[in-house]
Amino acid sequence: MDFFVPYNINSKTLNMPNYTLNINGKDRAVSADEDTPLLWILRDELNLVGTKFGCGIAQCGACTVHIDGTATRSCQMQVSILDDVKITTIEGLSEDGKHPVQEAWKEIDVPQCGYCQAGQIMTASAFLAENKNPSEEEIRQAMHGNICRCASYNRIEKAVKVAAEKMS
Amino acid sequence: MKSQLNSNFSRRNFLKTSVLAGGGMLIGFNFLTACKKEVAMPVDIASLNFNDFNAFIKISDEGYVTIFSPNPEIGQGVKTAMPMIIAEELDADWSKVTVTQGALDTKNFTRQVAGGSQSIRSSWDVLRQTGATAKQMLVNAAAARWNVDTTTLKTSKGIITNANGDQLGYGEVVKEAALLEVPENVKLKEIEDFTIIGKDAINVDIDEIITGKPLFGLDYKVDGMAIAVVLRPPAFGQKLVDFNDTKAKAVNGVSEVIKFGDKIAVLATSTWAAMKGKKALTANYEDDQPESTENHDKILTDILDGKKFDTRREDGNIKQAFATADKVIERTYHSPFLPHNCLEPMNFYADVTADKVHLVGPIQTPQWTVSRVAQLLEREPETIHCEMTRMGGGFGRRLYGDFALEAAEISSLAKKPIKIVFTREDDMTAGTYRPAIKYRIKAALKDGKVSGYYLKEAAINGNMYGAISNFFPAGCIPNFKVDTANHNSNITTGAWRAPYTNFLAFAEQSFFDELAIELNIDAIQLRLDLLQNVKNSTDDKIEYSGQRMEDTIKLVREKGNWGKTQEGVFQGFSAYYSHNTHVAEIADIILKDGFPVIKKVTVAVDCGILVNPTGAKNQVEGGVLDGIGHAMYADFSFKDGKPAHKNFDTYRLIRMQETPKVEVYFIENNLSPTGLGEPGLPPAGGAVANAINAALSKRLYSQPFVNELKKSSVLG
Repeated sequence: MDFFVPYNINSKTLNMPNYTLNINGKDRAVSADEDTPLLWILRDELNLVGTKFGCGIAQCGACTVHIDGTATRSCQMQVSILDDVKITTIEGLSEDGKHPVQEAWKEIDVPQCGYCQAGQIMTASAFLAENKNPSEEEIRQAMHGNICRCASYNRIEKAVKVAAEKMS
Repeated sequence: MKSQLNSNFSRRNFLKTSVLAGGGMLIGFNFLTACKKEVAMPVDIASLNFNDFNAFIKISDEGYVTIFSPNPEIGQGVKTAMPMIIAEELDADWSKVTVTQGALDTKNFTRQVAGGSQSIRSSWDVLRQTGATAKQMLVNAAAARWNVDTTTLKTSKGIITNANGDQLGYGEVVKEAALLEVPENVKLKEIEDFTIIGKDAINVDIDEIITGKPLFGLDYKVDGMAIAVVLRPPAFGQKLVDFNDTKAKAVNGVSEVIKFGDKIAVLATSTWAAMKGKKALTANYEDDQPESTENHDKILTDILDGKKFDTRREDGNIKQAFATADKVIERTYHSPFLPHNCLEPMNFYADVTADKVHLVGPIQTPQWTVSRVAQLLEREPETIHCEMTRMGGGFGRRLYGDFALEAAEISSLAKKPIKIVFTREDDMTAGTYRPAIKYRIKAALKDGKVSGYYLKEAAINGNMYGAISNFFPAGCIPNFKVDTANHNSNITTGAWRAPYTNFLAFAEQSFFDELAIELNIDAIQLRLDLLQNVKNSTDDKIEYSGQRMEDTIKLVREKGNWGKTQEGVFQGFSAYYSHNTHVAEIADIILKDGFPVIKKVTVAVDCGILVNPTGAKNQVEGGVLDGIGHAMYADFSFKDGKPAHKNFDTYRLIRMQETPKVEVYFIENNLSPTGLGEPGLPPAGGAVANAINAALSKRLYSQPFVNELKKSSVLG
């Protein structure tokens, strides 16, 4: 099914400030109110919908992206403070979907509904970039902030372990 | 057993074929009805007609198999398992099979089959028959080409081989095959010849999921559509008196504010602007006797203390059983209302124009939704077209099309395409909650046995026991009675994952644990003893199998090392039957600073033939953890008619560090597959509660457990 459908409708142009964001290695120009969270810039303005909305208050982790390599909740990052940083979303984690964490997710067949998994993958990939040889307890701690409502936690844990082996 | 598997497939004309204009063969088929005689098969993929057919299979000239199904994926893996069944009987090469969610005919009313634990069970026969019939047509075409008898041909991985070793790929004979008469009563494979069913197949949408491709309703976007965020009355039963939208309209991006019923929709060019606009609204409401958890509790207790009940099942004479008992034990169990909290909040797209309605979004019941939207807008159902996206969780919430109706009404009033988006707060406070329930269970013990059992259920907005009064332990106890009563309130309720049994199983399985201790019998042995009565029962209303339950319990006893654990590990047992599947679980816990930590849950499952083992295990693992999470932490209450919890900062869901390892074992048999999305959940709470009692001598009678544990002296 086609997810971005053209439709002939006139919408008024709004007077909003302009920002340039570096996302997935490219500079992207957007106009938005200064308090707009990065989450909604990605989803509504740039059609990068892999970053998900779950709670809007940094509790669920579905909106996790990397900001200068650190796993960050995009629902809490205002567009106006992001001019000097490099943002990576799930769409830019790898060119071909073959980042070791993505490969591990596929190997272990982690997803059920799949909605939280982009956020889980972004948290796991930032964590493994810092900690090459994590213990089980470190993995469980690192992933604790991301809710999976289908509770695929056993497989998430296993996939992070497999990804760590792939990366070492 | 064999007759059940190869159940006689007598329905004629469930399948039609055509030659595709662009090359290849198309097969259209129906799950539950015959294809109408006058219905023509489409000859191009763009015009697949899901009004007259449930699904289509395309076999291309190159031998690639594409299955077009408009069935939704909630997360239980049917989008992978159902094509596996077709591919098995078709003898297709699984690496050449793809599944496409049907691009729908915009003119016609769609009639998708909703998902759920019954999907595989209800479609098993027809999927096999479809695959086998298509294969037979290909074989017949090849036999005609070679001028040999069809019985001399063999098929494997999409290739037909004759006695001389000559080969034809499926793609090479599709043109002839499509023109042949559809054969009837084709032979199905023997179970031992399966090559795809029973082997792990990875989720067919895995690549899209791990790279963040648009899949879900919230990802759907039509250029120029408005986002609608809605302010609903904060308390159930409240009426809107007046409101002020001056500040909302001043928010950059807000285009209009529309009142509909007691709700107010803020329309904007972006989600953020619509959310800000909603926050800027002020409104006054009129109260209708605000409800609270305290008065719910009193209502339920009053019902249990009263005498007005409907009897759902009655065996023997319970009065006499209690009068002659050596001992009578009575316990009361309580569960709160529960929100579903799908991680993808409710959302729906609607475009209502003068002559048609286009709906897109995550919904489990498209057909029902279309008929309700038709009624609401006074349109003909044929003018309404509903497309389903992948769903970011369902758990029962997306059975109710309230959000789709809201979207249609807003679009109709705004005269433009809109997408309604719930914030998390909207999602949690405008729910269709699991009803609040109290059970009071009374048992008569005589001569070391359970001689009588009387369960009373009090519910607010929805009884559980009506639909399942012939489940375990019905038939196990000679004198047995189940009574139910309901109180109606303003709070909206509905099905929640493993409806009916999700809390009931905890109550009953905790109660049996107490009875076992009282009778000084091993907890598992007590269940096995009780099941002997069902095995000998002639009551054909009993829905579960005493033998299958016994085998499942014995498997978990062995795999879970029941009674043979290390020091400091405490075990709890529970078993239940739901959605046609028998499940038994053992929870292992340890104590850390006096607090129970769940280390492992061993699960035995009898769900018949395993179609996709990796998907099946994933479902059971998730179901068990979901059951534990909600039993342990789910604390939902009402104050002044309003939900007291609105987001994940105060409403706790299970997270990684609280999750035990779940080990799943399946009973191997050749019986038809049964449900898996739900049956792992109901026994989990009881297994954990019984293990906690083993560790702390602390019985848990209400959910969430953390509240009871906090109150108890154990945790100070």
